[in-house]
Amino acid sequence: MNPFSSGTRLRDMIRAIRACKTAAEERAVVRKECAAIRAAISENDQDYRHRNLAKLMFIHMLGYPTHFGQMECLKLIASAGFPEKRIGYLGLMLLLDERQEVLMLVTNSLKQDLNHSNQYIVGLALCALGNICSAEMARDLAPEVERLLQTRDPNIRKKAALCSIRIIRKVPDLAENFMGPAASLLKEKHHGVLIAGVQLCTDLCKASTDALEYLRKNCTEGLVRILRDVSNSPYAPEYDIAGITDPFLHIRALRLMRMLGQGDADSSEYMNDILAQVATKTESNKNAGNAILYECVETIMGIEATSGLRVLAINILGRFLSNRDNNIRYVALNMLMKAVTVDFQAVQRHRTTILECVKDSDASIRKRALELVFLLVNDNNVKSLTKELIDYLEVSDQDFKGDLTAKICSIVEKFSQEKLWYIDQMFKVLSLAGNYVKDDVWHALIVMISNAPDLQGYSVRSLYKAFQTSNEQESLVRVTVWCIGEYGEMLVNNVGVLEMEEPMTVTESDAVDVVEVALKRHSSDIKTRAMSLVALLKISSRFPPTSERIREIVMQHKENVELELQQRSIEFNSIIQRHQNIKSSLVERMPVLDESTYIGKRVGSSQATLPADKSSRPTSGSPGASLKLPNGVAKPPPAPLVDLLDLSSDDVPAPTSSATDFLHDLLGGDLMSPSSSGTDILMDLLSIGSPSAPTDVSIRNTISSNQGNAGEPKTAPASVMDLLDGLPSNSSLPGDKNPIYPSITAFESSTLKVTFSFTKQPGKPQNTMIQATFTNLSSNTYTDFIFQAAVPKFIQLRLDPASSSTLPASGNGTITQMLSVTNSQHGQKALAMRLRIVYKVNDQDKMEQGQINNFPPGL
Amino acid sequence: MIRFILLQNRQGKTRLAKYYVPLEDSEKHKVEYEVHRLVVNRDPKFTNFVEFRTHKIIYRRYAGLFFSMCVDITDNELAYLECIHLFVEILDHFFSNVCELDLVFNYHKVYLILDEFILAGELQETSKKAIIERMGELEKQE
Repeated sequence: MNPFSSGTRLRDMIRAIRACKTAAEERAVVRKECAAIRAAISENDQDYRHRNLAKLMFIHMLGYPTHFGQMECLKLIASAGFPEKRIGYLGLMLLLDERQEVLMLVTNSLKQDLNHSNQYIVGLALCALGNICSAEMARDLAPEVERLLQTRDPNIRKKAALCSIRIIRKVPDLAENFMGPAASLLKEKHHGVLIAGVQLCTDLCKASTDALEYLRKNCTEGLVRILRDVSNSPYAPEYDIAGITDPFLHIRALRLMRMLGQGDADSSEYMNDILAQVATKTESNKNAGNAILYECVETIMGIEATSGLRVLAINILGRFLSNRDNNIRYVALNMLMKAVTVDFQAVQRHRTTILECVKDSDASIRKRALELVFLLVNDNNVKSLTKELIDYLEVSDQDFKGDLTAKICSIVEKFSQEKLWYIDQMFKVLSLAGNYVKDDVWHALIVMISNAPDLQGYSVRSLYKAFQTSNEQESLVRVTVWCIGEYGEMLVNNVGVLEMEEPMTVTESDAVDVVEVALKRHSSDIKTRAMSLVALLKISSRFPPTSERIREIVMQHKENVELELQQRSIEFNSIIQRHQNIKSSLVERMPVLDESTYIGKRVGSSQATLPADKSSRPTSGSPGASLKLPNGVAKPPPAPLVDLLDLSSDDVPAPTSSATDFLHDLLGGDLMSPSSSGTDILMDLLSIGSPSAPTDVSIRNTISSNQGNAGEPKTAPASVMDLLDGLPSNSSLPGDKNPIYPSITAFESSTLKVTFSFTKQPGKPQNTMIQATFTNLSSNTYTDFIFQAAVPKFIQLRLDPASSSTLPASGNGTITQMLSVTNSQHGQKALAMRLRIVYKVNDQDKMEQGQINNFPPGL
Repeated sequence: MIRFILLQNRQGKTRLAKYYVPLEDSEKHKVEYEVHRLVVNRDPKFTNFVEFRTHKIIYRRYAGLFFSMCVDITDNELAYLECIHLFVEILDHFFSNVCELDLVFNYHKVYLILDEFILAGELQETSKKAIIERMGELEKQE
């Protein structure tokens, strides 16, 4: 019995539901039906099972929960007859999805159905599998599907191919199994199978690079042939759409070509002819033709095409761009964005058309066009483009203004070459759409103004003018208020007037008026008001006659509900009234703000005026870099005193020569070894035990009276040591000789002994000469004797050649080798060394190694 | 790849919803609501493509029904427009001048047609004739 043809209950139910006038009625009907169905389910009713499921599906489509019907689907699928299976699988696809565990129970039924003799049932199973299988099911049933790819029935083959696509998407590892069958599918004649095969190949390429290589090698030719055949085929009524045979096959084949040809010159060359043919032959008056041309252009852009082909593609895009149909124009704009990377000049030619598209009434087209314009901006056209965009900003829709503003701001920031132009454009944008401007944008503007002293007068005057006309734009108000506060006197006294400015006179009270308006407007938010209060304070210092008036204005907020405003009001009032003397220093001109923190990379900018220091420390040899110290004035290269304060830093600044002299003066004697430019000052301070040959005799007089014999040079270090009492001093008497360090046994084993003896050169406390003596303790002679040493990073080591490479046995002779060690952290860290010795004894290689920790301190 | 297909009327009722990606029921309802809102307010002069979350919707209005397909960002929009049209033609042929009521009362058949036309989010068959024939064979099996 066909459950649908008689259709009494199902149709009746649908009618009943449609007849309901209100949602409550509908709910009642649905509830009754669900109850009946649930009863039938619990009774395990066989006859009406499919009808009940059909009703349940309808109810599900209306939006009601139907989980109780899931097991019914399974039971129906497990039944023998086709109609039951059909409705069961339909229910399965509608009521369940791959994330539910119930789906796993179907795996067995699916397996049986995939092996069924009835082709239609196999089709049902493949359909269900292809639409909702999970990864585990995919893995389980993949072998069945592979087998089905080879059946004779084209319907099954095409379904199996599409099912394989899903399997590969879920389990990419299985891609290798499908490579061979997919390639053979491309030799089909049946369009359905062919299109499924092409799609399968496309997904294989996406899933695994091996498959891509395989298909590239074996199938490029076949693919080109497919496209050629379908392109040249005569009229085929079955597949004809708008005069073109099977445009879908065209498009899929072109897409696969794109994947195979990408990055591979050989296959791209093979495709050139057919692409040119399709591009020129396809008619573009109907949508189907345009769809093919679009895909063709995408493919040409994607592969390694000849330049002739590329020109052809750009021309097609140009034609699309001027088409009246919005869809075509949208598609063209999309493509042009990709074409920009390929051929920038060609796209530039269409700039005017693209600009027109920015003003189109369709939101999708506007968005695309704006993004494309952004990609096209370069140094040459930035001024005209920005002008156009700003003109459009005035008339654009509210929802578009946000995007447009953001884009204009980023263009202006990225490409501005002169500060004047940047400031002008930003003022315009602020006047037109200040409410959409993001905070960091107008922060950057303020930073820019503070860095351009010659333009500050111009800025404050322009802002004053702009305020008169567009004072509802919040960001504009904020920037204006800040500038008037900072540069008020430039406004009133017409400082720094540029050529193109019209003359205008602004009195002090006009300036105060502006800020007062900003403060009192209803629409000003707290931030603006707070900024206004600060600006008023600054003005009262710059223009003393207005103090009283300002104080009154400020006092009005003494009891403001907002804590911030109240606090500012009371504090500023107190400053104005009582603390006249410090007022001016409190509100001095702000320091030049560090631009590098705010402004990003500039494209092709030759702006050397940007002070580009990232660190406030002077690099060696660049005395021009200014130091940002709190009192806001750029300082000359810092006095060495500053360096002295850098004691804690590991990053050692290279002292300029003046610093060295000063240090010399302070500490007496040439305590710094000239070779080490990275000397830490601290080290010099604690440079103990250094033999000194001081060059400045006069300095010693400045040192305390601890000095003994003024004439003896060697007391200088002694006086240093006395001054710095308490520091470990292990140098021996500063005598005429260099301090002596005891020799140590650096290494001793049963077969070898190594001793080190030390000498230091006068005036070079970091350098130590070590004489290493090797003694053979065994009774065999060592040959090919090689000594190697490793030292930590702060030490430099130099090995001189050894006296010989043969060490006689039993201490009958020794090898000596000189080492020179420089400790850059002399005084802070002790010497440490690892040694390794290799030699041959009785034709055997031997190696000994060890660490030396017993260096005398002070080395 | 097609992610889902929706048929909705002007009031927002969904007459057909086929999902090729897994979504919870509540998510499905949300999606249907959003798509309807997007699509119903657009001027007929505008493009048939709208951006939706991270994908795009290709839609077309036929009488009182909106046929919407959600596809990946990289897909060919014009091709899917043709796809929608082909589907409508098939329905028209099958139901002989189809109207919305046909789709309501015979939803199970509509799903079957759809399953013969698109599988796993990809096109299965491009010939109207082949699909109609196949439907005929399936009916005979009943």
